[in-house]
Amino acid sequence: MNNKQATTKSTVRKQTHHKLDARNILCPLPVIRTQNLVLTLPEGDTLDVSCTDPGALCDIPAWCRINGHEIVEARITDPDTNEVLISIRVGKN
Amino acid sequence: MKTQRKAISLISGGLDSMLATKAILDQGVHVEGINFYTGFCVEGHTHAIRKKDKAKPKRNNALWVAEQLGIKLHIIDIIEEYKDVVINPKHGYGSNLNPCLDCKCFMVKKAHEWIQENDFDFIITGEVVGQRPMSQRRDTMPVIQRESGAEDRLLRPLCAKILPETLPEREGWVDREQLFGFNGRGRKPQIALAGKMGIEDYAQPAGGCCFLTDAAYSNKLADLWTTRGERDYELDDIMLLKVGRHLRPRPHFKLIVGREEGENRFLEGYRKQFTHIIPISHPGPLVLVDGNINEEDLEIAARLTARFSQGKKAASVRVEVHSKKGDTTEMTEMDVTPYRIEDIPTEWYL
Ligand code: SF4
Repeated sequence: MNNKQATTKSTVRKQTHHKLDARNILCPLPVIRTQNLVLTLPEGDTLDVSCTDPGALCDIPAWCRINGHEIVEARITDPDTNEVLISIRVGKN
Repeated sequence: MKTQRKAISLISGGLDSMLATKAILDQGVHVEGINFYTGFCVEGHTHAIRKKDKAKPKRNNALWVAEQLGIKLHIIDIIEEYKDVVINPKHGYGSNLNPCLDCKCFMVKKAHEWIQENDFDFIITGEVVGQRPMSQRRDTMPVIQRESGAEDRLLRPLCAKILPETLPEREGWVDREQLFGFNGRGRKPQIALAGKMGIEDYAQPAGGCCFLTDAAYSNKLADLWTTRGERDYELDDIMLLKVGRHLRPRPHFKLIVGREEGENRFLEGYRKQFTHIIPISHPGPLVLVDGNINEEDLEIAARLTARFSQGKKAASVRVEVHSKKGDTTEMTEMDVTPYRIEDIPTEWYL
């Protein structure tokens, strides 16, 4: 008799949350930093990018849209310092 | 089944690269875009800095073009490697410090490396024979192919018909008959083609894609090299050349004067790196001092700061001087008489 039990393997992968400080640099550098980090991340991970160039509010979401990553949120967090926050859910690289 | 061929397209954000890419996409080729960031690109920076430009919509044209065409875009930071192109251009400069031919060779070379690493078949550019006096001439087209190493894997869809056949055409990956034979400086054929392709919105063709074609910017860069005694730069140097009024009262120091709130805020980011002066009795600019200054220089710098403050007509303006001493900053206050405009030699302005 075969005592071995049938097992179903399920891989549970923890999704990790990352942060990127892209403040005090001008576009397109925040996009480049975001791109270079996202390319190293597995699908499903999330990333918060903080920037002070308000152009990033338009450029990072545009980069995400064309490269298949999801924008969870994009907003101005401090109008005095122009600080913006963009939250991304990584898609398939 | 026929393999779908893959091309990388150099996307500048202008109309020509957009048309060239669309022409190849329409032939069923898989196209992705590549855009190089040299540090001198005009994209966004000054708009991002200057407050008065805040109302204008800001967009990165390369990203925008990629989105319109529905293709991926890879933005590559080439700041470090590009220095050698700007500092030692083998083919020399254009009318300012723009090394266009070397720049094109370098970018196509980088694109060629990229296609080898990513298993793509060929490279597309929006070049048109005769469009630009330095880099887009009939005799420079083969130079770019040769020096980049891309050889006949470089296809220029907008003028392919008047150039020798390339690999993608020979192999039937693209149909040469459906490409174009544009020639010369005119923009009409491109505008007509855009109409035919249903492209209505695009960035207006400008004099060049970077600050190096700008005479005032090039003068400031040349000044930086002369006064430092070496042709070199860091990213911060070339960023600061885009901001503020630059005055050089003495060979060993210059002032960078914020012209409005946005620029002052941008310059604030450099306070720790530079001695800087701020008027306190009157509203006024943040002024960075680039170079080592003595007492006499400091007085000139403080009086100029006063001149650009709202106390320019006052008998005296109080300024705060934050002198950088190694890793620490020492703060002093000074009362100075603002320069009269006629006492500022024009040659001080860069
Ligand atoms: S204008 Fe600037 S970016 Fe464009 S080809 Fe010339 S040097 Fe290169």
